[in-house]
Amino acid sequence: MSSSTSFATPKFEVKSHALLRSTATKIAVENLDFFYGKTQALRDISIEIPERQVMAFIGPSGCGKTTFLRTLNRMNDVIPGTRVEGNVTIDGADIYATGADVVELRRKVGMVFQKSNPFPKSIFDNVAYGLKINRVTSSRSELEGRVEEALKDAALWSEVKDRLKTSALGLSGGQQQRLCIARALAIRPEVILMDEPASALDPIATSKIEELIFDLKKQYTIVIVTHNMQQAARVSDLTAFFLLGKLIEVNSTEKMFTAPNQKLTEDYITGRFG
Amino acid sequence: MSTEVHRHLDQELDALRDAVLRLGGEAETALRRAMHSLAERDSAEARNVLDHDDTVDQMEVDVDRRAIDIFALRQPAARDLRFVMSVTKMAPVLERIADHACNIARAVIDLNNEPELNNHIRIQQMGEIASSMLARALEAFTRSDAATAREVIKRDTEINNLYNQIFNHLIEMMVKEPATATRDARLLFVAKHIERIGDYVTDICELTVYMAEAAIIKHRH
Repeated sequence: MSSSTSFATPKFEVKSHALLRSTATKIAVENLDFFYGKTQALRDISIEIPERQVMAFIGPSGCGKTTFLRTLNRMNDVIPGTRVEGNVTIDGADIYATGADVVELRRKVGMVFQKSNPFPKSIFDNVAYGLKINRVTSSRSELEGRVEEALKDAALWSEVKDRLKTSALGLSGGQQQRLCIARALAIRPEVILMDEPASALDPIATSKIEELIFDLKKQYTIVIVTHNMQQAARVSDLTAFFLLGKLIEVNSTEKMFTAPNQKLTEDYITGRFG
Repeated sequence: MSTEVHRHLDQELDALRDAVLRLGGEAETALRRAMHSLAERDSAEARNVLDHDDTVDQMEVDVDRRAIDIFALRQPAARDLRFVMSVTKMAPVLERIADHACNIARAVIDLNNEPELNNHIRIQQMGEIASSMLARALEAFTRSDAATAREVIKRDTEINNLYNQIFNHLIEMMVKEPATATRDARLLFVAKHIERIGDYVTDICELTVYMAEAAIIKHRH
């Protein structure tokens, strides 16, 4: 029986989501616009990405999520005719400031792409590549240690430790993608951007990547673009929904998938968009 | 995005809604008939309530099966998730309401084997409030109407107050007239079953509020 004699008015209401976690902001974006020539691809994006959390970007094809991801380590700079307005800061430093060191930025903000892109070199050399060109290590043993550490962090070491000198191209698709993650981790970035990292993989390989993401967030801030909403729900702490170049909603993933604030988000999440 | 696929999802969600409303309708009917059988000393109608219980059980299983299929095959999210989740939790509640109606019907059959007691006017009143609450709770669910659901929840107080009055009265009667104690006890059970139904209707309304607003309001009294 709820109450024998009196009905109490509600003492509290528990909303069905956890509040956004209050960790420090790693990346802060304010009023960001992005243009491909005269075409505006991103409109007035403002978002804060907390450190050591996984944030997923979701949205239909062409909504700007990958373009936005690439603004976070200035990867769009290599595309002629592009232009960025607004502010992007990482640890408070403006990454688009005049004189900002793009090489240093990309060391700090690593990237993993949709299609794994190992170099036609050995497994070892793939992981060691960034360390060598950046002259990070001072001895062979230090280099080997960093390669092993990166391969362990990418959950690949046990599968490749006996064939480090063999070609990376002989690895399976899932292993190649984890190798690319190891390559990114080797230079000890603080942020890892992932652009649909599992879209070409089978469910088992996808599961390994997702488990890896879960482990990596203890050390790294991770931003992942995914078309797979169940993947976003599984791996991310926060989810941002983009549509037509605009950020429609950013919320805790629990909230996003149970009770989003915006109708557009709800329509997209429930598949009734368009 | 495939419109056809989502048309199927909408059809499955509609079918799930229909299935749980059919179950709700059976629970409503069972309660109404059980109370009518008490008022009219109609054992045949009471047996009718008992005979329908298997149908109610099957309807609950049907709701479960449909909900499991949607969870497994559609991975519902947001409002769809809240709807399927609420229905999944609502079905056993409705089945239990029908079980309580059966228990009332059993008590009626036993009471009808003995001389009549005129102690059940307020029990009838309790039953009417419970029936009315259940009907409105199902309407609120159908319309995803959290405001109505919250109003229905408030009425549980009326049932609880009546139960306390009936409890005190029947205990008093047992002391005063020990010869009727068995019948008083049966009526007390009937009142208790109705009181529980009031609580279950409250559960249904809480689920409707969750479905409509994503607000969890249970365990607040």
